[in-house]
Amino acid sequence: MNYESLSYLDIALAASLLCVNAGLSIFYRLGTAKRLLVAATRMIVQLTLVGLVLKALFTAMSPWLTLLAAVVMVGFAGREAMARQDRSFVGFWGYGLGTVSMLVAAGIVTIFALSTQFHADPWYDPRYAIPVLGMILGNTMTGVSLALDRLLSEADSGRAKIEARLALGHTFRDAMQGPLRSAMRAGLIPTVNAMAAAGLVSLPGMMAGQILAGVEPVEAVKYQILIMFLIAGGTALGVFYSVMMALRRLSDERQRLRLDRLRLPQ
Amino acid sequence: MLKVRQLSRSHLQPMDIELAAGECLSIRGPSGAGKSLFLRAIADLDPCAGDVSLNDQARDSMPACDWRKLVTYVPAESGWWADTVATHFDEPDIASGYLLRFGFPDDALSWAVDRLSTGERQRLGLLRAIVQGPRVLLLDEPTSALDPEVTAKVEGVLREKLDAGVGIIMVTHDAAQAKRLAHRRFLVRDGALSEETS
Repeated sequence: MNYESLSYLDIALAASLLCVNAGLSIFYRLGTAKRLLVAATRMIVQLTLVGLVLKALFTAMSPWLTLLAAVVMVGFAGREAMARQDRSFVGFWGYGLGTVSMLVAAGIVTIFALSTQFHADPWYDPRYAIPVLGMILGNTMTGVSLALDRLLSEADSGRAKIEARLALGHTFRDAMQGPLRSAMRAGLIPTVNAMAAAGLVSLPGMMAGQILAGVEPVEAVKYQILIMFLIAGGTALGVFYSVMMALRRLSDERQRLRLDRLRLPQ
Repeated sequence: MLKVRQLSRSHLQPMDIELAAGECLSIRGPSGAGKSLFLRAIADLDPCAGDVSLNDQARDSMPACDWRKLVTYVPAESGWWADTVATHFDEPDIASGYLLRFGFPDDALSWAVDRLSTGERQRLGLLRAIVQGPRVLLLDEPTSALDPEVTAKVEGVLREKLDAGVGIIMVTHDAAQAKRLAHRRFLVRDGALSEETS
């Protein structure tokens, strides 16, 4: 492949853009300089570490180390998903709900993709497994956290509506119809939007990266379509599963609305 | 008809109460004493313990939604989950028969929920429960937002339901209303229920 390696000078040049922004922020006292710099530093450290970890993983080619990396990724995704929610469950389920549903959804879709479409040999080859899981997980995380946030905050703010229906003898599922629908919609909108805008407004990152690395555009597009399907499938599965689990956790065997299981907003 | 034995929940002491068919009980007490919590516990809307039964059928032996259709809690401020009034009624035909008696014109069911006044919401919230034919109504200040004239209309309908054998437990701050409707009067204080004499 006609692929050009980047020099550190190239990266430093790109980083100078951020310095300009930081300078503007300091000059106009916008208060964003510190945040920008902290986030940029985090990104540099995180990505560098990931690069080293990936390099080690690719050399080791061990299924167990790959699995460990995958579990760690899901664990971080679960934490991040919870941090993005205004309301969450108390106790284990605050963290467990998003994490378990991402584990299930991203796990199923990744294994499905690796074992059928990618022809990796062996199928767990980390060179395929980790990037595919990463892309699916990142999007599933966004969908799951948006959906759970919407479901729980609408259950909380819509208590009078929901309990009015429960008091009239409607089932909990019926009473939650409104929040359920808007949670599903909130979770899937980013994916639907990404598919709708793909190519016209934005060149998806993976495809752009492949083209920069010298891959034929048509081949890159085929890969991108495949990934889009995997992302959409994983996100929809994760959103559905997490919302259904949250619905069960929001109620009990007597079909009550159990807002006492939610953490008070900070 | 309705038997409540040692019903306990958070913030309340265990309570016993018995309600006969066609009987109306009133409950009064200072704000925050737990009157609404008591009604919600009977309707099984909050976690609670104790034996509750209707015509000797235990509450726990039937699905919670069936129980709440029979023993229906009506809060002072009802929630509305759809845009028009009619959507909130399973059988709008039965409901429209009551409209006039609750002081509404014929087309009230087609109204938008957004333009309802507090009093209109309160009456329609009660109507919504009544048309489902519950055996027991748990009413939380059913006329708190109504003027005396409309209150009299609502009480007329409630009296008719009592005559038809429906039992009513009613939280009310209005002592005169309790005198007019209730056969027995109770007081909740510091989470404990006691019957008022005279």
